[in-house]
Amino acid sequence: MKIIVSGEKKEVADNLTVAALIEQEKVETPQYVTVSVNEEFIESGSFADRFLHEGDEVEFLYFMGGGK
Amino acid sequence: MAFTNEQLERYSRHIILKEIGVKGQKKLTASKVLIIGAGGLGAPAALYLAAAGVGTIGIVDADVVDLSNLQRQVIHTTEDIGKKKVDSAAETMRQINPDVTVNTYHQFVTGDNILDLIEGYDFILDGTDNFPAKFLINDACVMAGKPFSHAGIIRFKGQLTTVIPGESPCYRCIFKDPPPNDAVPTCRQAGVIGAMGGVIGSLQAMEAIKYITGAGELLAGYLLTFDALSMQFRKIKLPPRGSGCAVCSDHPTITKLIDYEQAACELKK
Repeated sequence: MKIIVSGEKKEVADNLTVAALIEQEKVETPQYVTVSVNEEFIESGSFADRFLHEGDEVEFLYFMGGGK
Repeated sequence: MAFTNEQLERYSRHIILKEIGVKGQKKLTASKVLIIGAGGLGAPAALYLAAAGVGTIGIVDADVVDLSNLQRQVIHTTEDIGKKKVDSAAETMRQINPDVTVNTYHQFVTGDNILDLIEGYDFILDGTDNFPAKFLINDACVMAGKPFSHAGIIRFKGQLTTVIPGESPCYRCIFKDPPPNDAVPTCRQAGVIGAMGGVIGSLQAMEAIKYITGAGELLAGYLLTFDALSMQFRKIKLPPRGSGCAVCSDHPTITKLIDYEQAACELKK
């Protein structure tokens, strides 16, 4: 199926979970990433249970602590 | 209060803009902006806000200027090494624009002082370098109903959002709690390209100016991310202000400010 990850179209396996996508995308600091699917935040506790569907738009939001 | 001829000339490139005009410039002159952190983000933001004629600029920082700051903190010069950052920043701002009143606060923000610090200001700019301060600023601004610009930079990346409390999602809507110490790299550990502070800090100044003058649309409800290596900006739409947010929902569970204990990169020296 086709989904959109960080603004880019991707062909991924059907029945992919958010947790599997995080692994597949080699997300940095995966324990601390915030994920939204179709502009809705996904609870980090449910990444493994949340299945993605055709056309879903996934965003990864990262901590950035620097500034000085 | 009417502008003098000198002021009309100083601000002529603003005044000619239909989104600003004399009216917008007067709003800037009457406005008060607080910058927390006179570093990579705060330095360029302070320069542009002073140049723009923001009437009162407060600057909060407990550090002194260090040689390793000068690669990015463009408001300080080599001669300023050892000076309080707030004094060095104030001096530069006054040189750029004597119209500006600069208030300096040589201190760290804490749960005890932050509400007093932000009280007299219209817009707050987070230019800090650590998660405890970023969460504290978020929570205090939400509780006090103060609009603010949040930003972070690391390596070749930066991001920012604008929070209008009660309307747009806050920092805690995105990130529930600070990450554990050392779980996420700091600039001191990971490095940061100096010009990133210029890009993102200038965008924070831009948001402050837009908020004050009412020009255009704010980054409220969006996270703008920038990757300098691929030269990509992305404006990511955030979910609406969550009913589940611990601080900005209509039934918050966090009602007191929290001083998280986590060493900041600059504190580790």
